Amino acid sequence: MNFITQLLNGLGLGSIYALIALGYSMVYGIVQLINFAHGDIIMVGGYVIYVVLIMAGMPLWVAVLAPIVVCGLAGVLIERLAYQRLLTHNAERISLLITALGVSIFLQNLFMLLFKSDAKNMPPLFGSDVLEIGGLSITSSTLINIVVSVVMMAALQLLVNKTKLGKAMLATSEDAGAAKLMGINTKNIILLTFAVGSMLAAVGAVLYCNAYQQIKPTMGNLLGLKAFVAAVLGGIGSIPGAMLGGYLLGVLEELTKAYITTEVTDAVVFAILIVVLLVRPTGLMGKNRKEKV
Amino acid sequence: MALLETKDLGIIFGGLKALDDVYLKLDGGEIVGLIGPNGAGKTTVFNLLTGVYTPTKGAIRFCGESIIGKKPYQINRLGIARTFQNIRLFKHQSVLDNIKVAMNQHMKYSAVEAMLRLPRYWKEEARVTEKARELLRIFNMEDTADQMAANLPYGQQRKLEILRALASNPKLLLLDEPAAGMNPTETHELMETIRRIREMFGVAILLIEHDMNLVMGVCERIYVLDYGTLIADGTPDEIRSNEKVIKAYLGG
Amino acid sequence: MGKLKKKTGVYYLVNAVLTAVLFTVLFLLISGKTLNNYWSGIVVLVCINVVLAVSLNLVSGILGQLVLGHAGFMLVGAYASANFTRAFVTNGSMSLYVALPIAMLIGGLLAAVFGVIIGIPALRLRGDYLAIITLGFGEIIRVMANAKFLLPVTNGAMGLSVKTFSSRTDPGAIFVFAFVVMVLVIFISYTFGRSRHGRSVIAIREDEIAAEAMGVNTTYYKLFAFVLAAFIAGVAGGLYAHHIGMIDPSKFDFNRSVEILIMVVLGGMGSISGSVISATVLTILPEVLRGFADYRMLLYSVILICVMLFRPSGLLGRYEISLPGLVDKLLHRKGRAKTEEA
Repeated sequence: MNFITQLLNGLGLGSIYALIALGYSMVYGIVQLINFAHGDIIMVGGYVIYVVLIMAGMPLWVAVLAPIVVCGLAGVLIERLAYQRLLTHNAERISLLITALGVSIFLQNLFMLLFKSDAKNMPPLFGSDVLEIGGLSITSSTLINIVVSVVMMAALQLLVNKTKLGKAMLATSEDAGAAKLMGINTKNIILLTFAVGSMLAAVGAVLYCNAYQQIKPTMGNLLGLKAFVAAVLGGIGSIPGAMLGGYLLGVLEELTKAYITTEVTDAVVFAILIVVLLVRPTGLMGKNRKEKV
Repeated sequence: MALLETKDLGIIFGGLKALDDVYLKLDGGEIVGLIGPNGAGKTTVFNLLTGVYTPTKGAIRFCGESIIGKKPYQINRLGIARTFQNIRLFKHQSVLDNIKVAMNQHMKYSAVEAMLRLPRYWKEEARVTEKARELLRIFNMEDTADQMAANLPYGQQRKLEILRALASNPKLLLLDEPAAGMNPTETHELMETIRRIREMFGVAILLIEHDMNLVMGVCERIYVLDYGTLIADGTPDEIRSNEKVIKAYLGG
Repeated sequence: MGKLKKKTGVYYLVNAVLTAVLFTVLFLLISGKTLNNYWSGIVVLVCINVVLAVSLNLVSGILGQLVLGHAGFMLVGAYASANFTRAFVTNGSMSLYVALPIAMLIGGLLAAVFGVIIGIPALRLRGDYLAIITLGFGEIIRVMANAKFLLPVTNGAMGLSVKTFSSRTDPGAIFVFAFVVMVLVIFISYTFGRSRHGRSVIAIREDEIAAEAMGVNTTYYKLFAFVLAAFIAGVAGGLYAHHIGMIDPSKFDFNRSVEILIMVVLGGMGSISGSVISATVLTILPEVLRGFADYRMLLYSVILICVMLFRPSGLLGRYEISLPGLVDKLLHRKGRAKTEEA
């Protein structure tokens, strides 16, 4: 019974990783950039919730919607100000990566200046009931996490596979040059990808705040890193892969915490990354991309 | 024994047979052409021969030894060097250094000797620099030695790429569309260069080319690829009058 | 060729003389207490940061791969060497003068071992993975340094006190070590870049596929450059530990890695002299501008983005400033001026 509870907790945690991993995966799929600033978008979302709910005392629904809007805008703004010029000029990859890193440091330090570097606490957004189902005790946040992540993933699949916009995204990620020739405005598609990825991260931020009730300016580092590991594990560029990777990583982490020790969890996650890259660099569901010679 | 021999060579990309049943045979010192319409799989043959891709079936023997599964750098050290369709020079290195990179494998000093600048470093560097300059001198590029490769005019970049391949001291040289983008004068000069390379260095040359004047002018034998399979091989005269080849080129 | 070697000989001589002069001046200033403890500490810090920047330049500049966990290698080197001197100097079996070089070597070697473990999986893939893996390594090694089972070695967040030279009786000692290491590292990284090994590494940066087709064992050379950089960072960690005398994991955090990267990027990726100049300036500047500390990282990040957007090659690009070259120019200009007068 205890094992199953741990498993569910793992899925709950994994849901958050999965939502963040989606953003990494989508952006990587479309511009082949590891967006270091993506982890910090969750941090931004967390502080928006804090400002709206605690500082301004606004109702809960505002605290849920506001981060989604703000993060979506932030994603667009970052792409527009920092990456667009480099992407259109076909800059060297290392320049793109360094820019992404610069954005990440900027966000962290900006929020450190605005809110101080110590952690801020908040109450659980949707209560903290413990449900008893068939002898299992599950916290409501775990359940919410799992449900929300599944719904989001289904919605995203619909968006990508059934709408014109989604098809344009797929085309751009397959071959940006050809997509452009077919009349797709790839610049806007890239912007949109950043927006959707950041909004998903904002949903992740809401779930995170509900489950862990604590935020700080550097929280994006490790969270982003783990979500990235999830994306690699599932196969970077693949939407179902990102979800699968997120869930797997969450479960592995909870099981390590429960049965080994809390101290080595992060190292275990890191070891997973190294093993995946050694054994199956394309991840569980990823495609192989090879440079044309 | 043939210098290079492939048997039943094939590769599948995502369910698609990009190459099938390719039989090639080259003897030392031969100049052989590989032609075919766009997308016939010519560059894929080069990528298989140089270890960039691993074939799904078939055999490749070089000097009697199978080279399947070997990495590109190992194959280069065995004696196959290539150029690329879309010039791939080390752009921000000097012309001389581009040549010297290919000669690195023939230098004998360790990293420690290099970092402490021990005598063997000086001796080997002097020897190889002289050799690299000599190579440039033979092909009239000596005065460009200290220029950045990216600053060379197009025709010279193509030439430098061939010289760089030659500098690794190969037995077989693979040239991927060496005349692409060249004007008739440059192409003519290139033909001379190719002949000189064979005469002076005794290497065999396999070249992919669309310029039929060049192919018919320098090649002793020609292979023709279409849709991933060989449709003909023979002397230039035989190829010129081959029905299948004419059909493939006219798209019949 | 003989002419070239002769010219190189003259360059060596000029460089050696100028280095010796710089060393003597600084040593006299520090050991004679003309500079107070605070400023002589900063001089040592400049040396250490130059070492770090030049070593990172080996991977990020010459090889063209982004490394975000340089501080992690520093941490490994710092703790390894600190434990060595704690063990052997405390029980009196060695003096710190003898123990420190050995300790730095051990620190460097252990960091190199970590470099191999991380480099082998990461370098087989595209560059982005190296960036994220080194970022992960840097973060996790810091978290692990706080773990309970490592407390006997690291003492966790409480901090580990390290043997140092007395600033009262022997103020110049750590400076001598730092300066010598700095000169060695600059020399080695310069000569490496101009050897067959260095040319291979640069060729990989320029075009990996072409390099491999020309017989360059790309996996080997990538790993070589990466591990060499890790080794030097480990040595620098050892120096740093024995300079500040008290280390805890937070001294080797992500910000630290980023600071080193900024030095390399601003100086010009691929330029050793660029790294030296920007490491020097960026170490001294925050000390001069007080009240700047709070905004430092914010400003750095904006500079980083702007440099990438508008001058991605950094201050010097890939060019090198050579001291003898400068001297040469000055002399020639004077010479020319004289002939013109005549």
